[in-house]
Amino acid sequence: MAAGNPEKIVGHSPQRKEGPDKVLGRARYIDDYEMPGMWHGATVRSTIARGSIKSINFPKHIPWDEFVVVTAADIPFDNYIHHILNDHTCLACREIKHPAEPIVLLAHPDKQRLHAAVEAVQIEYEKLPGVFTIEESEKMDTIIWGEDNTFKSYLMEKGDVDSVWKDAAYIVEGEYRTGAQEQLYIENNGVIAEYSETDGVTVWASMQCPFYLHKALMELFHLPEEKVRAIQVETGGAFGGKEDYPSVIGSHAALLSMKAKRPVKMMYDRMEDLAATTKRHPSRTRHRTAVDKDGKLLGGEIEFAIDGGAYSTLSQVVLSRGTIHAPGPYFWPAIRVSAKAMATNCPPHGAFRGFGAPQSIFAMERHMDHIAHVVGISPEEMRRRNFIKTGETTATGQLVRDDVDMQKLMDKAFAESHYYAKRKEFAKTNRTSVVKRGMGFACFFHGAGFTGSGERYLASIVGLEATPEGKVRVLVSSTEFGQGTNTILSQIAAEALRLEYDDVIVQQPDTSKVPNSGPTVASRTAMVVGKLVHSAALGMLKTLTDAGLREDYTREEFLAACAAHIHKHGALKVLSQYEAPPNIFWDDQLYRGDAYPAYAWAVYVAEVAVDTRTYFTEVKDFVAVQEVGRVLHPVLAKGQIEGGVAQGIGYAIYEKVVWKEGVMANNQMTNYIMATSADVPAIRVFFEEVPFQYGAYGAKGIGELPMDGPAPAILNAMEEATGLSFNECPVMPEDVFEAMTGAPHSEEQPVITEPAFTGAGRR
Amino acid sequence: MTQISFVVNGEKKTVDAPPMARLLDVLREHCHLTGTKEGCGEGECGSCSVMMNGELVNSCLVPVLQADGATLCTIEGMAHDGQMHLIQKKFLECGAAQCGICTPGMILAAHHLLEKYPAPTMEQIREGLAGNLCRCTGYQRIFDAVEKCGTGTAGTAKRGDEIDAFECE
Repeated sequence: MAAGNPEKIVGHSPQRKEGPDKVLGRARYIDDYEMPGMWHGATVRSTIARGSIKSINFPKHIPWDEFVVVTAADIPFDNYIHHILNDHTCLACREIKHPAEPIVLLAHPDKQRLHAAVEAVQIEYEKLPGVFTIEESEKMDTIIWGEDNTFKSYLMEKGDVDSVWKDAAYIVEGEYRTGAQEQLYIENNGVIAEYSETDGVTVWASMQCPFYLHKALMELFHLPEEKVRAIQVETGGAFGGKEDYPSVIGSHAALLSMKAKRPVKMMYDRMEDLAATTKRHPSRTRHRTAVDKDGKLLGGEIEFAIDGGAYSTLSQVVLSRGTIHAPGPYFWPAIRVSAKAMATNCPPHGAFRGFGAPQSIFAMERHMDHIAHVVGISPEEMRRRNFIKTGETTATGQLVRDDVDMQKLMDKAFAESHYYAKRKEFAKTNRTSVVKRGMGFACFFHGAGFTGSGERYLASIVGLEATPEGKVRVLVSSTEFGQGTNTILSQIAAEALRLEYDDVIVQQPDTSKVPNSGPTVASRTAMVVGKLVHSAALGMLKTLTDAGLREDYTREEFLAACAAHIHKHGALKVLSQYEAPPNIFWDDQLYRGDAYPAYAWAVYVAEVAVDTRTYFTEVKDFVAVQEVGRVLHPVLAKGQIEGGVAQGIGYAIYEKVVWKEGVMANNQMTNYIMATSADVPAIRVFFEEVPFQYGAYGAKGIGELPMDGPAPAILNAMEEATGLSFNECPVMPEDVFEAMTGAPHSEEQPVITEPAFTGAGRR
Repeated sequence: MTQISFVVNGEKKTVDAPPMARLLDVLREHCHLTGTKEGCGEGECGSCSVMMNGELVNSCLVPVLQADGATLCTIEGMAHDGQMHLIQKKFLECGAAQCGICTPGMILAAHHLLEKYPAPTMEQIREGLAGNLCRCTGYQRIFDAVEKCGTGTAGTAKRGDEIDAFECE
């Protein structure tokens, strides 16, 4: 038999590697594991947002001798969870910085006994006034972090912004806000930890980034890397919500295990997961833009601020991605983006698909519509006159080398959505109909891979090994949590080695068995890790051909050569390490250069219907056109876009985190609403493919992209439908009611600041 | 503790459990049927969906006492004689399972829907699955899979032979 036909693997849609186990109910998630002698853990959390602990009391009606109780005093060394800085307290001992902050950990053999015990622990506080919004934080009346409540700030500048205002035909200002959003993976955060004096600490977890947890545990227990193991088990959704948080819950379970001297499982229930774990950063973006009489951008100032919550966690990198995406896919002769991540007394906000970009792109794309209205041209003409093109430079001074054609994507999106015909039709029907319909769109880009010099610092390593059973095994710390990591990496290896797809298997991510291929985040797996799998495969081929395998080998000859190599040398394992593309350089000091090796480009169109009797908004149709480089697996790729769009629809009109002094008041699926099957429109996905030289088989990134476009497209469509300008998402029916009737819908809701912009607004 | 008997996936089980224990926990912990998942614990997400006497129920909301004498079907009972159920095959083929945590409940919901409407319209599919949340797919691939299970479009695999291969009532 000849070697597998590579044309049948990449670009086709073989069955998801772990798919059969998932549809049969055999896939094992963290809560499906039991360990001999295992106990269950739970967390006692603060009920105040800010203050200090006066006393912790354990009332006598609970038999505490049956429990293991861990407080800050049990932490062997320093009391922090390592992320980027080390400011995140592991267990509060004096100071409370946010609601639901962990204070006491409990373990018991019977998990049914934990709830009452958690409730029984009495903590006396001295309460202090908290800081709950970006505005309160930047006022600095109360300092809650560092010297100025600022986790991080960036200044990104191009050209002479100060000189553009005098020549402007119009200066358009606007303020835009986005709310927090919950990742809402259907499997809550959970881990099992086992600590032993001799072997060190092992944590099995539902997670994205085994080496993040590994590092956090090394620092918490002062253990060398070989004494710490982090193992990913089947993970029931993540979306960023299992990027940094597993370091927290994993550390807690490990502390309980150390004291209990047995394995301890911690599995949050939904209310705890919603109350205590990370969410998307709320944001505020202010635009001031100079345009000429034809709508050509002359220059602009953007102030981008995000609410990071109580500890710095990943806020600085979220801020960085948001900053770089803030100018959108447009050519700016001059621009200044000043960005800051502020501290508040909310639980720390964290990673969520898009990672800062959905926030700043929301603002840019609403603002572009507003500028168009002021200038008196159509929103599409406004974009058309300003799209960035190949050969121009971005706001960071990056030369666009990709073959970019935003106009082509827009034409395709308009054709597929019948944009012009529907706009015309709705303009007529809206005059008499109680249901107002509208078309809106958003144009955007999304950088693939870590921001700036991130990939150089990560210096990821991937391994491939031949197994004695005649398979090739991929060794990566890149995790599968639904996106299809296992499948696409197998496709790449199989195609590069000219084997069958089934000849390739993927090692379960276990820090004691796989090299560090970096975290599974930032739309980097296909492009960066995939490329490393490809080069490892080429390395393996070279080893075998050097040893005598002929060039046009058959599959059987290849596997026989692997077996011979294993027989002679004991193993056949090849590693490959990341090297940045030769023309990519980023200057951390100046915050300039090539921000990402490659970008995905997209135009999304939303059709909405706003019912003026119920104030309910429905998305009736959605077209997503994008260029993501080569599509490795069309079914998985479409699935990524469709899922991201559905989350984006939620971000726009369903998913509202209601805050009360830093507490998520609606921490249940009953009242934090995500789209059901009855709520989503047909989501129609189209790819343009322009292969990227430095990505695996031409792939760029795809995972985060679809989160960026839906919210601005939908709010633009709502404005088209109703004439009402909504500049904060989510827009709930109450907000539509208020805008239509002028009546505040409830005293409970936070007041939405009227945006201050010139010339646009309510039309 | 109360002694409770039921038939699950064709097998008779008798368990000692507190009468108000959740059917979900009894299935997972006493019967070791961990294919049934907990997502929210309040009947919103449908991950714990199982068939009970021919009806789709959220097993997190069912006190096990109510399951005494019942006939239950969980995801583990969908495949039969080493053969995947048609719905499972189509889920796999269409990319309807991503992270997989909602998949068992979703497949049982699809099964229940197809019992009611052998060739469901898109409207019936949307409504029929609305009690089962999926955060990964945006539902499009699930619609596709369920539509392909309908009698009209199942292609070579006829619904008749496989869907009834395991009787879920």
